[in-house]
Amino acid sequence: MLKGHQSWVFNSRPAVLACGTVGGPFEAQGPLAEDFDILHDDMWLGQESFEKAERKMLEEACEKAVEKAGQKGADVNFHLSGDLMNQIISSSFAARTLGIPYLGLFGACSTAMESLALAAQLVDSGAARMALASTSSHNGSAEKQFRYPTEYGAQKPPTAQWTVTGAGAALLGAGEEGPRVTSATIGRVVDMGLSDPFNMGAAMAPAAVDTLKAHARDLEVDLFSYDLIATGDLGRVGHEIAKDLIEEKKLPFPKERFMDCGLLIYDKTQPVHAGASGCACSAVVTFGHLINRMKRGELKKILAVATGALLSPLSYQQKESIPCIAYAVSIEI
Amino acid sequence: MSSKKNKYLSPEQQKYQLIAQAREPQRPVLLNSIRAFVVGGLICVLGQFFQFIYTTYFNFTEVSASNPTVSSLVILAVLMTGLGLYDHLAQYAGGGTIVPVTGFANTMASSAIEHRSEGFVLGVGGNMFKIAGPVITYGVFSAFVVAIIRFIILELGGM
Repeated sequence: MLKGHQSWVFNSRPAVLACGTVGGPFEAQGPLAEDFDILHDDMWLGQESFEKAERKMLEEACEKAVEKAGQKGADVNFHLSGDLMNQIISSSFAARTLGIPYLGLFGACSTAMESLALAAQLVDSGAARMALASTSSHNGSAEKQFRYPTEYGAQKPPTAQWTVTGAGAALLGAGEEGPRVTSATIGRVVDMGLSDPFNMGAAMAPAAVDTLKAHARDLEVDLFSYDLIATGDLGRVGHEIAKDLIEEKKLPFPKERFMDCGLLIYDKTQPVHAGASGCACSAVVTFGHLINRMKRGELKKILAVATGALLSPLSYQQKESIPCIAYAVSIEI
Repeated sequence: MSSKKNKYLSPEQQKYQLIAQAREPQRPVLLNSIRAFVVGGLICVLGQFFQFIYTTYFNFTEVSASNPTVSSLVILAVLMTGLGLYDHLAQYAGGGTIVPVTGFANTMASSAIEHRSEGFVLGVGGNMFKIAGPVITYGVFSAFVVAIIRFIILELGGM
């Protein structure tokens, strides 16, 4: 149900029936390794290309989520998915394998929460009994498409971020137990004129703050009521900027409980510059780590604010600035 | 930031860019320069070593030894690229690994490896010069311009 200008409240409180998360070798070395359902020790997953490896991870994450919920793929009504590849090939090709009626999305790295918000809306409105939200990214395929070949020796600046190799999926449906999706705020596209693709955190921070502000306004919610507010992939640079921007806008928020998924997934010793990024960043941290923490009773109510930079290699080469978006979804247990 | 760029930005965007710039970690330019100097220098020392070997043990002159010397460095760089080592060295060394001939070898080898999945013609063949291409294009063009200038000066000045 619409509340305020751009937010939905899900009165039926769709349950997160199960989640599936898949990670690569670099993620396996990180502090959240235990929160993954499947970890691969090979970037290629035995496939011929990075693109095929990414698709395989997405398929595994979706299958794992359905399997953990004790459901059959054939009973899931809709599958909402997106990724970073041109023409979202990872999602569409994985959807071909899964055979679940499919809606392809593009929200760049914000897709985890875009798909979750839409899936919750479908379930809440009675348009679906069960809906699967998923997304994936692969370090190799993203570097290849957006930057340079993986083995090319270019020095990255300290503001650069590391694309997560992984995939995450969440199956939503009616349920009595477990975490519930209670509300969502759909963001506006915000472009502050930044154009450096090696500093996406700074480009995306205003979008995250805009959505956060809209969320607090529309739902008349005190941000202090959240045990954790986790942005998607702002990284070290964007996270600091976001904190300052929120304070500047005089929006009361729990500073010590304001985190970024891009800062949680890797260890300080891993050479990821300003932190993690990619569709899978917000997906694996939220669907894996945070949901697990909720199930353990450590968190009661969280707000996941996935951020996405909506640029393409072409728009960047044509010297366009980077439009950004953020979607906020609240999950309660 | 130049004022020309500013012209297209709203006051709000300009204000934000100042905020963002202030919080952006600076590139460690001095450290990067020192590292580039040391690693780039070491690559040159290695080249010198190869040249010494070729002139001393293989009957090359100092001039004719340059071809096998460059080839040796290129083979080494391509091997390191294939083994996944060159990009790590480059993150440390920056310009030190880009400027020598090894950097050029790395651009071509890395592109070839990356696009192997699209086949030998469209993938490897079509993309091998993706990064190296501009270097060749503008290298040849600059040489052409310099040659014309040299020709004009020699013809007119009669030096």
